[in-house]
Amino acid sequence: MSAAFSSVRAVCHPGSFAGEKRGPPATAASGKFASGFLGSSGKVWFGALPAYVRAAPSARRRGSFSVVAVSDVVKEKKPKRSSSPPDLLVTKEEGLELYEDMVLGRTFEDMCAQMYYRGKMFGFVHLYNGQEAVSTGFIKLLKQEDCVVSTYRDHVHALSKGVSSRAVMSELFGKTTGCCRGQGGSMHMFSKEHNLLGGFAFIGEGIPIATGAAFTSKYRREVLKEADCDHVTVAFFGDGTCNNGQFYECLNMAALWKLPIVFVVENNLWAIGMSHLRATSDPQIWKKGPAFGMPGVHVDGMDVLKVREVAKEAIGRARRGEGPTLVECETYRFRGHSLADPDELRDPAEKAHYAARDPIVALKKYIRENNLASEAELKAIDKKIDEVIEDAVEFADASPPPSRSQLLENVFADPKGFGIGPDGRYRCEDPKFTEGTAHV
Amino acid sequence: MLSILRRRAAAGGSDAVLLSERLRKSCAAAMMRFQGYTTAAKEMTVREALNSVLDEEMSADPRVFLMGEEVGEYQGAYKVSKGLLQKFGPERVVDTPITEAGFTGIGVGAAYYGLRPVVEFMTFNFAMQAIDHIINSAAKTNYMSAGNISVPIVFRGPNGAAAGVGAQHSHCYAAWYGSCPGLKVLVPYSSEDARGLLKAAIRDPDPVVFLENELMYGERFPVSAEALDSSFCLPIGKAKIEREGKDVTITAFSKMVGLSLEAAEILAKEGISAEVINLRSIRPLDRSTINASVRKTNRLVTVEEGFPQHGVGAEIGMSIVEDSFGYLDAPIERITGADVPMPYAANLERMALPQIEDIVRAAKRVCYRSVPMAATA
Ligand SMILES: Cc1ncc(C[n+]2csc(CCOP(=O)(O)OP(=O)(O)O)c2C)c(N)n1
Ligand SMILES: [Mg+2]
Repeated sequence: MSAAFSSVRAVCHPGSFAGEKRGPPATAASGKFASGFLGSSGKVWFGALPAYVRAAPSARRRGSFSVVAVSDVVKEKKPKRSSSPPDLLVTKEEGLELYEDMVLGRTFEDMCAQMYYRGKMFGFVHLYNGQEAVSTGFIKLLKQEDCVVSTYRDHVHALSKGVSSRAVMSELFGKTTGCCRGQGGSMHMFSKEHNLLGGFAFIGEGIPIATGAAFTSKYRREVLKEADCDHVTVAFFGDGTCNNGQFYECLNMAALWKLPIVFVVENNLWAIGMSHLRATSDPQIWKKGPAFGMPGVHVDGMDVLKVREVAKEAIGRARRGEGPTLVECETYRFRGHSLADPDELRDPAEKAHYAARDPIVALKKYIRENNLASEAELKAIDKKIDEVIEDAVEFADASPPPSRSQLLENVFADPKGFGIGPDGRYRCEDPKFTEGTAHV
Repeated sequence: MLSILRRRAAAGGSDAVLLSERLRKSCAAAMMRFQGYTTAAKEMTVREALNSVLDEEMSADPRVFLMGEEVGEYQGAYKVSKGLLQKFGPERVVDTPITEAGFTGIGVGAAYYGLRPVVEFMTFNFAMQAIDHIINSAAKTNYMSAGNISVPIVFRGPNGAAAGVGAQHSHCYAAWYGSCPGLKVLVPYSSEDARGLLKAAIRDPDPVVFLENELMYGERFPVSAEALDSSFCLPIGKAKIEREGKDVTITAFSKMVGLSLEAAEILAKEGISAEVINLRSIRPLDRSTINASVRKTNRLVTVEEGFPQHGVGAEIGMSIVEDSFGYLDAPIERITGADVPMPYAANLERMALPQIEDIVRAAKRVCYRSVPMAATA
């Protein structure tokens, strides 16, 4: 196990500090610490955290399984095969894949802003700028069968999961070629093919849905005897959402039933105009994992390589049937809450601080400094993505709007809503049904 | 309505009596003055009207406080609570975390124990996460406790469809709450409604669901000096005839009142005189005003944004069948939102919501005027 947090798994007695051998004992469990935590005032707070903090006692009934909380996992260099030199966190191919996915997310969202101001899309449009390392860091490790559950800030999760730019852009334009034929809109992206289960506009709503997907994977393996079903679900949601009861309810059940899920908190410090510090009694969200019997991990969400290392371990745990993980990614949104938000409450110094930590710039720097790829190769990716986005806009613009008849379609999976007859077929397909002679 | 209140109050102890007295007096006084207002009016948006009521009622009664998401530092998601934090401080303008079930329950608990909370939902859609407290803890308690515990709380926020925000954010809850005993459900249309009804809601001894509309916040209406008076108050359960007519009655609430008035204007040009009733209150429903109007016009069109089945129109239609069936000269027509979750695409969204043309056509149909076939498709 070369895992990100396996090294501290051993020591977890009640009241002791995991990983004492590697970092100073932390005071995070005490109230004092919280006051200096999180930078809504623009303070640098990544570095200020102790490397390891108090771990929760292991769940007694679960034998040797221990639960740890880890903060700011910094990976040491890790040997790699393939084209890149040893000692790097990613191969060239991996690095470029991450870069491309993040640039795709960023460019797509910038285009959305333009299209919104031109009246091509409407309603609430929440952009993901600044948070790309989280989506890319997790989702690029998933298989097609694995599930992603998102919020209203979902365009980029959809793109990372493989939904095409054309399909997402068309959805935003309200066109029939959209991934939901224009019926869902910005906050409601779904794709059965890519196992993207939404797109939820309500706070907290996606968390039980994701937990239900993870429940399904376990059920398929254990009840339906699909031995190879090792699918994992990743649920993304914000810091503000961690004050909603559904979060706690699902942490409990996921740990209780050892479900294959990763709870990914995208802590961008704000919930619309509500600072995380004003909303949450103990703002260290990752500490809530151990309280429910699962690891809680805290990671720099502006660094895709760190996110990826943590994601690997958490997804691996879930895939091996070892249960859920809570990961708090410290990140920042570079734009207002939605395109309608005047964004007047965030301190310009705080914005500047995080702007300087742009995850795309950081990855680019890593790639260049380690000679994983040339400037020209990166430029070529930028250009390719620009073309993809231009194409998506042209495609969406040229696509037809829904026809009148579409209004009444898709209310049910059952075409007319009359249920299934004794022969196992939809009642409305029975020719006698409409004649009024069928046995209902 | 007032007699019902008084009966309740008699069962509910002296505090409730006092409150209902206060309500009765101020409403009666306001209504009297209201009858004859002529003073040329100042204009006010619905947002300003709501804001001014919160301000005045919080000034008048220290037990009144506002809680909800972004009501304080952000000045309200739709700026309805603008300036209140600065005036009343964070103890009375309480920014909550995003936990509707939690803070709604806290509001209800505070109402049980002597405070008069105004709980703002950023939109009423999110109140679905708090439905247990609105229905079980708030609406049923006065009854369950046989009047031991009254629940003077207001749940308010924008209801119904905004624009382009999709299925989960575009839902009219008037029929949902309207079906629940123990709740009063108010639906302002104009700035005057907003002032008079919100005051009535805050002063009321019972839980009131107060359904605003995001698209109406910026609408400007003239308001009389009477309506601007801090004692102004409208009676709960009383509809307003916004426009008198003799050929057909149109009932509507909230934003749909505006559409109905425009439809009436068009109908007038075609020689149909429509009476437009602004319901103002979904529960109690002003059956007498509606029935009196239908007995005069003999025709009824109901208009609402919500879904057709078990809707407000269904209830109004049934009240006519029960009380005035013999007066009807045509089948009742219901104009409602389409029977589908709200689609996002702009063209589908428009089709899913009642439009002025729909109201005009329905009114013509009940008046047996010919309506072009294509238009009815
Ligand atoms: C149940 C519910 N209440 C309120 C809202 C309104 N709302 C939309 S986003 C949001 C803030 C969410 O903040 P956070 O969870 O931190 O996510 P972020 O937007 O920062 O990604 C709120 C309050 C909602 N969508 N659902
Ligand atoms: Mg946030």
